[in-house]
Amino acid sequence: MKLSSEWLLTDSPETKGQALAGRAWRMWLALLGNPLAITGLVIVVALVLVSAFAPWIAPYSPIGQDLENRLLPPSWAHWMGTDELGRDIFSRVVYGSRLTLMIVLLVAAISAPVGLILGAISGYFGGWVDKFIMGVTDIFLSMPKLIMALAFVAALGPGIENAIIAIAITAWPAYARIARAETLTFRKAEFIDAIKLQGASPWRIIFNHVLPLCTSSMIVRVTLDMAGIILTAAGLGFLGLGAQPPLPEWGAMISRGRNFILDQWWVATMPGFAIIVVSLGFCFLGDGLRDILDPKNEGKS
Amino acid sequence: MLAYFAKRIGMMVVTLFLIITLTFFLMHAIPGGPFTSEKMLAPEIEEALNAKYGLNDPLWVQYLNYLKGIITLDLGPSFKYPGIRVNDLILDGLPVTAKTGFLALLCVAALGIPLGILAALNQNKWQDTAVMMLATVGVAIPSYVVATVALYIFALQLNLVPTFGLDDWRGYILPVAALSGFWLSFIARLSRSSLLEVLGQDYIVTAKAKGLHPLSILFKHGLRNALIPIVTVLGPVVANLLTGSFVIEQIFALPGIGRHFVLSISNRDYTTIMGITIFYAAFLMVMILIVDILYMLLDPRIKLADRNK
Repeated sequence: MKLSSEWLLTDSPETKGQALAGRAWRMWLALLGNPLAITGLVIVVALVLVSAFAPWIAPYSPIGQDLENRLLPPSWAHWMGTDELGRDIFSRVVYGSRLTLMIVLLVAAISAPVGLILGAISGYFGGWVDKFIMGVTDIFLSMPKLIMALAFVAALGPGIENAIIAIAITAWPAYARIARAETLTFRKAEFIDAIKLQGASPWRIIFNHVLPLCTSSMIVRVTLDMAGIILTAAGLGFLGLGAQPPLPEWGAMISRGRNFILDQWWVATMPGFAIIVVSLGFCFLGDGLRDILDPKNEGKS
Repeated sequence: MLAYFAKRIGMMVVTLFLIITLTFFLMHAIPGGPFTSEKMLAPEIEEALNAKYGLNDPLWVQYLNYLKGIITLDLGPSFKYPGIRVNDLILDGLPVTAKTGFLALLCVAALGIPLGILAALNQNKWQDTAVMMLATVGVAIPSYVVATVALYIFALQLNLVPTFGLDDWRGYILPVAALSGFWLSFIARLSRSSLLEVLGQDYIVTAKAKGLHPLSILFKHGLRNALIPIVTVLGPVVANLLTGSFVIEQIFALPGIGRHFVLSISNRDYTTIMGITIFYAAFLMVMILIVDILYMLLDPRIKLADRNK
């Protein structure tokens, strides 16, 4: 069978693989019809590529100091100028993308599965399990995120790993709530009853039949949250509690660049610009994915 | 009704108790005491300090003492500023934080909701596009970038506002603008989508068919229902406006609670960290309770007990 658009868009797929490929293809077509979402996708892909190929893209070392050339304005040799230690800002921004991507991916990889599983368990079992898990999420949700992240950073000590852990700890309760709400909507559905009658264990039902149905709303939510994660991480860096020098973390770079904002505007502006572009990218992509995946919006536009 | 509030307040006390316990043991799990620093203190001095603040007692005695303090609304002494209590630090910063936060909240409500309405009423026209563009950018740009750029342009280049300090009203403009930017955009987006959803309902069509005045439809039937999701997020928004000010207070050198909090983290002033964390948690919980009451006033159909189902 050759991969053609008829094969992908057929109304009666013959195999599960074909159905899945067809659905992915339809989503891709829908995404193509949304210029903002494509812009977002391009930015996110660019972020991934830049961080993957950072050593080849960056003309200088991100931490190599060159005190003779400190605070140079943007030029051909230094596209974004140099900072107070003569480090090339462009190279630092390029390497900084690795930190940003790492933070975002790790936070998502820790908090989304934890929230998803706890929420599904809570919604599926109900009763005291539900009460307990939701009680815990309520406690976490009743703390302002930044305060909680700061409190954990205070306990764990400043540093990028601890910033990641702190942000992940603050992020999972929201996912648990979504997964629980989703689970509640189909926990009494007939297909769940059918699987139960076949003798499937609760865990099998949760992992094989409930979780897959929660993932699409979760993906949307996580993508939308990524901008927030980047901003929180950069905020911690800005306050000096995230990545520590000499790591080229964008928030920390802005924070130090502010000392020179009067005469050397580029030191703080360039990493600020990078943060804005990347978080806008995730916002656009998340909005686009939501329009495609959210059944509420179907047929609206 | 009364029973419901009694139950809610009981839950609040339990949650607060758990948060206090959690922060207490979290802070005490940290290796190194509060007086461990680069400058090695003489062992006798450290011993005396530990004795003075009761740090030699068993952990559970310290915990009980701390709880006892909290019941009497005493958050304990600051470890870094001799003779100053955490209560004093909070009371010292509260007016500044509360004032900027309140002004930002006014901005968010007075601009965000009308902008959302404007966008919803002109769906897919230029007004809508413009508001949504602004709102998306507003959500994506971090407040410290806005604040830094605004400071550079308006305070340093144009000299329109002071760079720091709150001596006159112009000092508030930039901090409040930077603080409210994100939530203003957020509320504008939310009010737009919420109003659009309500305006598509059958009862709005009925109201139109009855020949009601468009303004009456908008205010009596549309907005009243569209406001419900907005009121829901208002509690957390208030808390976030007050905590979001951490970064803003740092940039504009405002002497608020946020600055004490950030300083206390770099100073490893554990009692202050705990005290401010607990203060904020209690504050947020009270806000959420108030929102629940507002909820009931807005929509009598909402049965309080069912809110989370």
